[in-house]
Amino acid sequence: MKTLYKIPEAFTDRPTTYCPGCPHGIAHRLVSELLDEMDLTKKTVIVWPVGCSVFGYYFIGTDAVEAAHGRACAMATGIKRSHPESFVMTYQGDGDLASIGIAETVHAAARGERISVIYVNNGNYGMTGGQMAPTTLLGQVTTTSPYGREALANGFPLKVPEMLAAIDGPAYIARAALDSPKHIIQAKKFIKRAFTAQRKELGFSLVELISSCPTNWKMTPEEALKRIKNQVLPVFPIGELKVDEEVE
Amino acid sequence: METKVIINEERCKSCSLCVSVCPKNVLRISNRLNPKGYHPAELFNNDECISCGFCYLICPDAAIVEVRRPIKVKS
Repeated sequence: MKTLYKIPEAFTDRPTTYCPGCPHGIAHRLVSELLDEMDLTKKTVIVWPVGCSVFGYYFIGTDAVEAAHGRACAMATGIKRSHPESFVMTYQGDGDLASIGIAETVHAAARGERISVIYVNNGNYGMTGGQMAPTTLLGQVTTTSPYGREALANGFPLKVPEMLAAIDGPAYIARAALDSPKHIIQAKKFIKRAFTAQRKELGFSLVELISSCPTNWKMTPEEALKRIKNQVLPVFPIGELKVDEEVE
Repeated sequence: METKVIINEERCKSCSLCVSVCPKNVLRISNRLNPKGYHPAELFNNDECISCGFCYLICPDAAIVEVRRPIKVKS
């Protein structure tokens, strides 16, 4: 028998604390696979956020620190500047990166810090019970927008990659989705390019991963992935938004 | 024949995403219970499995540990 796929060694044996069907596990596995393939596991520092993935350091076996809410990019800046030989990445959700941490993220990108950011966007605050986030779609019902998000009262969904792609600092900005095997393979390719951008010292790199939240969307995992395809991806189109020529 | 998909039933949370993406419909949710109280997924038709690995790619809990393909022997 020839092995085609195998769980990477960087992914620990400890069972994840996520709800059944939560794509956080898929994102963790993609990161672990790439760290193993690129031989980075031993020299990686992952800055974990506040949110559902707050216990991420139990699941990916690298060195890790836990940042204050939203401050992962600021903390990663300090680590990368004092240990330039380390591979420094942050793993953040949309409540963490796009809401409270937007200033840290935008300025880390504007300074062109040599860090990689994995940004998981599920359109609400998952850990605290599904409140409205900056990335919540118009009309989406959450616990703090019971009649659906309205543009006049709550504004429009925030598109972080488009915003950062307009700055000169970033070397690689992309958006991928975790809703089907095809898109997951594409997501892995994008994350690999983001990691390559840091290894070649080109600048800031960010990959947004469109994810689901079956528990707070009150759907089965399968329905939640269908909702991504039908409702979320038309608003957040996937693709590479900024690619430095030397990333390839 | 050896099993083509190795499933760690203790990690499975019965989300049934692997069942939904399987192109040959050879996976199903079993009647057994695992220590966490979920019904784990199982491969019930090993012969029809084409080792595409879609179940591995979509599994959020690393419960699909390994996907293998038999080596063809030239006769």
